[in-house]
Amino acid sequence: MVSGRIFDLKRYSVHDGPGIRTTVFLQGCPLSCPWCHNPESRPGTPVPGFRADRCLSCLACGEVCPEDTKPMPHSPWSATCDHCGRCVGVCPAGARELAGRDVDSESLLVELERDRLHFEESGGGVTFGGGEPLAQPEFLLALLRGCRDRDLHTAVDTTGFGHADLVDQMADLTDLWLFDLKHPDPARHAELTGEDNTLILANLRRLARAGCSIWLRVPLVPGLTDQPEALKQTANLARELGIGRLHLLPYHRAAAGKLDRFDLEDAGGGLAPPTSDHVDRLAAAMRSPDLDVIIGG
Amino acid sequence: MNERVARLRQESFETPVTLDHERAAIVTDAYRENLGRLSTPMLRATAFYDLCRRKSLYIGEDELIVGERGPRPKCVGTYPEITCHTLDDLEILDTRPQNPYRVSDQTRLVFAEQVIPFWRGRSMRAFVLERMEDEWSTYYEAGIFTEFMEQRAPGHTTLDGKFYTRGMEDFQNDIELAVAALDPADADAVAKREQLQAMRLSCDAVILFAERHADHAEDQARNASSERAAELREIARICRRVPRHAPRTFHEALQMYWFMHLGTITELNGWDAMNPGHLDRYFQPFYDRDLRTRILDRDRAKELLGCFWIKFDHHPAPPKVGVTAQESSTYNDFTNINVGGVLENGQDGVSELSFLMLEVMDEVHLLQPQGNIQLSKRTSDRFLKAACRVIRNGYGYPSVFNADTVIAQLLRQGKSLTDAREGGSSGCVETGAFGKEAYFLTGYLNLPKLLELALHDGRDLRTRRQLGPRSGDPVHFTSVADVMQAFAVQVRHAVAVKHRGNQVIEQLFAARMPATFLSVLIDDCIENGRDYNAGGARYNTTYIQCVGIGTITDSLSALEHHVFGGDLPLSELLAALDDDFDGEEPLRQRLWNRTPRWGNDDDRADRHMEQVFELVLELIDGLPNSRGGRYHVDMLPTTCHVYFGKVCGATPDGRHAGRPLSEGISPVQGTDSKGPTAVVNSCAKMDHERTGGTLLNMKFLPSVLAGEEGIEKLARLIRTYFRQGGHHMQFNVVDVATLRRAQKHPEEHRDLIVRVAGYSDYFCDIGEALQEEIIARTEQEEA
Repeated sequence: MVSGRIFDLKRYSVHDGPGIRTTVFLQGCPLSCPWCHNPESRPGTPVPGFRADRCLSCLACGEVCPEDTKPMPHSPWSATCDHCGRCVGVCPAGARELAGRDVDSESLLVELERDRLHFEESGGGVTFGGGEPLAQPEFLLALLRGCRDRDLHTAVDTTGFGHADLVDQMADLTDLWLFDLKHPDPARHAELTGEDNTLILANLRRLARAGCSIWLRVPLVPGLTDQPEALKQTANLARELGIGRLHLLPYHRAAAGKLDRFDLEDAGGGLAPPTSDHVDRLAAAMRSPDLDVIIGG
Repeated sequence: MNERVARLRQESFETPVTLDHERAAIVTDAYRENLGRLSTPMLRATAFYDLCRRKSLYIGEDELIVGERGPRPKCVGTYPEITCHTLDDLEILDTRPQNPYRVSDQTRLVFAEQVIPFWRGRSMRAFVLERMEDEWSTYYEAGIFTEFMEQRAPGHTTLDGKFYTRGMEDFQNDIELAVAALDPADADAVAKREQLQAMRLSCDAVILFAERHADHAEDQARNASSERAAELREIARICRRVPRHAPRTFHEALQMYWFMHLGTITELNGWDAMNPGHLDRYFQPFYDRDLRTRILDRDRAKELLGCFWIKFDHHPAPPKVGVTAQESSTYNDFTNINVGGVLENGQDGVSELSFLMLEVMDEVHLLQPQGNIQLSKRTSDRFLKAACRVIRNGYGYPSVFNADTVIAQLLRQGKSLTDAREGGSSGCVETGAFGKEAYFLTGYLNLPKLLELALHDGRDLRTRRQLGPRSGDPVHFTSVADVMQAFAVQVRHAVAVKHRGNQVIEQLFAARMPATFLSVLIDDCIENGRDYNAGGARYNTTYIQCVGIGTITDSLSALEHHVFGGDLPLSELLAALDDDFDGEEPLRQRLWNRTPRWGNDDDRADRHMEQVFELVLELIDGLPNSRGGRYHVDMLPTTCHVYFGKVCGATPDGRHAGRPLSEGISPVQGTDSKGPTAVVNSCAKMDHERTGGTLLNMKFLPSVLAGEEGIEKLARLIRTYFRQGGHHMQFNVVDVATLRRAQKHPEEHRDLIVRVAGYSDYFCDIGEALQEEIIARTEQEEA
């Protein structure tokens, strides 16, 4: 049994691999993409959230807070908060939350089994995403082994930014890789995400060589990742590695609603979603008989 | 949809609903003339004959299927022998903003002078209400239960395929044989002879009704264009053929059903109008034969089906009064057409005609009729997905039933395998053996209200009066088991009161209101020489429908979680409930937000559903009715969860007093946060095979169902629920923004149909409370 940290678990997840799936979102990511739609998942520690519109000003949070500087009505958090979560437990209205909770692999697996019949019926299974699932290697391996023991189909939705050893170990345990390639160019990748993609590309090649089933996923962020040349390069790489399926994921502003709630900076403030015409044109340019290009997850 | 069907559809959609005196006047005349002179069955049959003989006829321009219950489309008569509307009732119906029935001055005059004076104190409603014990009335008025038969006749029945191979004359031959076989030594022989004679006369009545249509069509043909004249002459030919004889063509088969439908809904105002059963199955031989002989092609068949479909929409529900008008406020009369299913020989029932019917459902999409598919393990995914594509268009139908569970339910109730496979679903979600069963739904039971009594030692929170038996001072409750014990006392008592009342009402209907025409069509009324309403059918079932399973499950879960397993003193909770959480919003929100809830696949909540379910089964299932059959349980609400909610005080799950209860077996509105698979898994923990129908309503945003992948995933969700034994699912596919727009600009959204509960209705017609409730139902947002 291994403990790990997740920030969400979504059932009837229908855009993260084949069939009806349950997606587990692991907390923490080493990259810092400005377009990230789960920005609360980036830090490895829990991120406190507060929904002012729900707050009843009942002060239940203040009564249980162990800190000296207690939260006030309609004020997000104590200045010295160490994320003990007690206030979350007593808030009647669900105004206080913590993105990131610790769970052990065994009880999580019990939860994942609940939709077994839906998986069987639909050819679905479990998807591990994040955050970056590779950032919690022991936890992820325990979950993948657990799913294998239970005959649950697994997909890992990853940026590929992890140790080669880990990726090797996972290769046998993972049924499908949803492999995100933000940008093919190492320097540009570093500019965009804070890390260059040498390791990522190497991992992608290892997996392809090992005969793993891979769907390549490319975020389409106007001005950042949508240069036709870069997309062409990615498509060529897919063809070279024998990857027959590539998803273009158009940028959307879903994260905007979370910024206030989690008191986060708007890293994607200047970004706008691409028009559907633009997306269609780009997809058409990449498509070929040996590469299926799909818009959306 | 071709031009003719489009025109007829638009006409039906635009025609306002009116109420007319014709039926009431004819029946009043027949009773005035014959009451005391004829036996009761013959009196009823004579009144029916007079209706068929005297009522005005209507054949609309362009119509290919003919016949109306009223003098014209969307015009509804009343049934004063069951419920006599007062002038005040007529005034309310005429002027109310929602679902009005326009009443002319002439109609008011006829009611005032002829109808009301004759029926005062003589209608069934008067008899029923007069004979109910005081406690029944107190419970009824408190909203513990409702009563279906206080103003409508027993209904919820479905016809089978027998009259597609046999005409009325064949049935009359059967009747002759039954009369000849009567044993003079049998003490009941005289009564049986009267009943059989009345059934024979009822057959004559519908033959006459058809012949009059033939004459009328020929008259119209004289002044019609040559093209229309040819159509009218064909209509006349068909009306002289059916129902006297069995139909031979597709067109004749459709008209045959339509006359049977009109006959049964003219004779009495049974609940759920009349259900036609497995139409694809019955019509298939005619369709195949006509295609072979080239007197029909697919387009013509579709046109005829379109015309046929629209006829149902011409027939709004008879106008209700009082509590029943509150708890079932809709024009919908709940005709539900079954498509698909399992054939008598166990094979898949889907045919080309099943697909064609889905197309018609999709294109015509009026309020009525409802449609459903019966999905068995043998049904192809191709058919299921075709149905899902219609569902995605958002009319709330077809609903989807698990044919295998329906069959298992019928077998458990003692039906033969053949009869079970011929069975299916009618009304909202009710299971029945088509053409062979009289299954009476008798009223809804308010489970959360009974929990309220249990938590207040039998006291009604709304009136502050002692209502139920003393079931224990809650001061002494230390566990949910204690609460359940008190709850059991309340349920047992309420069921006993309801049961005693039902016995009286069933007997009153058996004695005073035989359905002599319907009895011809339901096995084995002829053979038994007994009426449908008197136990003449092969199977005789009585249902009580339980409402609010989600609310009561969550309430028990809240008690477990916060009171007995938490730090909230019961006295404090009860005080807050008494005051409807006045000044206790944090407590209310804690209960609302922090209680393990039904519909999230959370055993901490779901096990309370199981407890309640087992209890109501134990106390209701298997009770004897007065017609030689037994009671069973349904889990469906129509719109009664809104009415029942109005009479319930605040509940321990944080629901405010007066708010709607949960609907069907769906989770409490807005509290299923784990998505549709979790809802389905929770609902599958109920043992659907031991019910006669459960209702699960789900709401999806269009985006979740987009593309072929969305269809595929919806299909898989349905399959998985059914693999776990689920009975029924229906879907609303519409976004909140659309609903809000419709609230704001009803005039632009008049044709927006949403699934309410076992049936669909126009969103703008359902009233604000129900609108808000539909909006609050969780949208199954995509992950």
